[in-house]
Amino acid sequence: TLLPSPLLIMVASSRSYADFTPEKVDLHRLEEGPPLTATLTREEGLKYYRTMQTIRRMELKADQLYKQKIIRGFCHLYDGQEACAVGIEGGITLSDHLITAYRAHGYTLTRGGTVREIMAELTGRRGGIAKGKGGSMHMYTKNFYGGNGIVGAQVPLGAGVALACKYLGNDQLCVSLYGDGAANQGQIFETYNMSSLWKLPIIFICENNQYGMGTSVERSSASTEYYKRGDYIPGLRVDGMDVLCVREATKFAADHCRSGKGPILMELQTYRYHGHSMSDPGVSYRTREEIQEVRSKSDPISMLKDRMLSNNMASIEELKEIDIAVRKEIEDAAQFATTDPEPPLDDLCSHIFANDQPFEVRGATPWTKLTSTS
Amino acid sequence: KVQVWILSECVSLFQVNVRDALNQAMDEELERDERVFLLGEEVAQYDGAYKVSRGLWKKYGDKRIIDTPITEMGFAGIAVGAAFAGLRPICEFMTWNFSMQAIDQVINSAAKTYYMSAGAQPVPIVFRGPNGSSAGVAAQHSQCFAAWYGHCPGLKVVSPWNSEDARGLLKAAIRDDNPVVFLENELMYGVPFDLSEDVLQKDFVVPIGKAKVERRGTHITLVSHSRCVGFCLDAASVLAKEGVECEVVNLRTIRPLDVDTIEASVMKTGHLVTVEGGWPQYGVGAEICARVMEGPAFNYLDAPAVRVTGVDIPMPYAKILEDHSVPQIKDIIFSVKKVLNM
Repeated sequence: TLLPSPLLIMVASSRSYADFTPEKVDLHRLEEGPPLTATLTREEGLKYYRTMQTIRRMELKADQLYKQKIIRGFCHLYDGQEACAVGIEGGITLSDHLITAYRAHGYTLTRGGTVREIMAELTGRRGGIAKGKGGSMHMYTKNFYGGNGIVGAQVPLGAGVALACKYLGNDQLCVSLYGDGAANQGQIFETYNMSSLWKLPIIFICENNQYGMGTSVERSSASTEYYKRGDYIPGLRVDGMDVLCVREATKFAADHCRSGKGPILMELQTYRYHGHSMSDPGVSYRTREEIQEVRSKSDPISMLKDRMLSNNMASIEELKEIDIAVRKEIEDAAQFATTDPEPPLDDLCSHIFANDQPFEVRGATPWTKLTSTS
Repeated sequence: KVQVWILSECVSLFQVNVRDALNQAMDEELERDERVFLLGEEVAQYDGAYKVSRGLWKKYGDKRIIDTPITEMGFAGIAVGAAFAGLRPICEFMTWNFSMQAIDQVINSAAKTYYMSAGAQPVPIVFRGPNGSSAGVAAQHSQCFAAWYGHCPGLKVVSPWNSEDARGLLKAAIRDDNPVVFLENELMYGVPFDLSEDVLQKDFVVPIGKAKVERRGTHITLVSHSRCVGFCLDAASVLAKEGVECEVVNLRTIRPLDVDTIEASVMKTGHLVTVEGGWPQYGVGAEICARVMEGPAFNYLDAPAVRVTGVDIPMPYAKILEDHSVPQIKDIIFSVKKVLNM
């Protein structure tokens, strides 16, 4: 069912933007979808604004540090997609569970990580959220299972977390995210099947940012209607650039799960400004004009800002103050991330096994005997 | 049940085959800890493809004994995710050959996570199932995965031989807070062994990482795992008639390898032959020989250490060919005599 009316906020206007992200909710095997109206309180608005701005500035700082070769290896940035992470968290609680793939810095933050420990992990320091052992793709917090490097593998893992929720009877659910590139993975369809058979409390979320690395959705997928790909699983597709759309869709999905109906699938239409990773300029498979158009017409932070301003929910000065505070937070974090020492060599072999006696680890030569501690 | 007089003390021995030992171990651990559950193909209503989980579904029900569709990658991932979230899954692969469909979840999601998370995320999971050659099941169903999984840090890999091994190691594996690859052997399932009352205690565990000397000897060390341990003992009996006393070491654990027990034995006998069902290249025997080379036992060797292995071919079907694809007792005897220059 196609619902042409956009999601409206309670108080007056919503800003219209490019056809790129249509203002509607598409439904699959659902009689009704999320409500067409949503209430945004000033407090919520300011919180979402601050969090999205924090993610934005954190990612841009990571870009800078990467170009200075202070961050190395893989670095997949999330700028442009902030409304997804923030909106999803707005629809669940921290006692729910979430797992995603490698574009994970934003989620690490919304799931309780601090900018300091995220950045220090990117720079590989001992103060990093994984003590420098994981890096960009392997960050964890309570009820957040990373950060996963193998495309698609996180989806069955998320279903396993959901199985544990059902097994333990704790009324919690698991949000399992993947991209348009991962959406064709066989193990995801295996997971759709088992989640439905066993009625697991899982919300599948496809963050469709139009490109799987350098391959557009038209070139990778025989069907680009990712919200329908769950077949027998009810699905909905919403504007992933609008934090309220994302939040309301997530709340709707969470209710569906918690009522014992089993899995549900959400497709969020979103966009990444950066290339796939820091080694991808991101302009060989898409035009600069396209990127610029999304930035000017559909930027999630600008959209929220305009909404709040035009509805007198905040003043320009207030939002500027938040910007300044965020900038400072990022600067402090970057300072920490560049000055904190690297992990001690003693840590090389630690954390192989949990709750185990220390044991010997072979080093690079037969005479190098190292020790592993839990 | 059999009563035996040992040194004027009456000891009760119970005949338990490997299948029942595994079954009882799982039953007891399911009862002991509510977080333990079993999933895999046919484990519930079919009582297990090889009947290892017989009776468990009837006793514990759908919640704890879960039949899965034939989707290894998916259900292995689900099992690992459940371990992330605090449960203690036993994930059965109908045979370890099918684990190749899911190997990414075993290695990248299970084995490496505790390290990548710097200790924030333990993964208390057991992957189990029959490994190695069977009888007449041909190439795709006969591979030994001890070397493949034994290669990877973050995993514990065990390979029981007899019922005591099976029972004790499975209990240890289930109680371990880390990912354990548990390599059973289909041809051993029906083989009975005598177990003492001590072994049948509910808290009996065989420590992971400790080999067992099954037979003491002075002339040569035979190191083996799984079904081949039995062949080594048979070879040792034959050789004893010719005055050659073999020491037979049952590895029990592939990773971590109990190098100390192997070295102590080699330093005593001065000769080493490893015996395994898997292929020779980059295998368990190769690792044992390398370790002996690199350690103090080398100086005690009176001859090069050699390996007896499966033949370096995909497993054929015809019985005569299959019989000649796996190490036989005569191969062990031949190798011992060669190493001893007899």
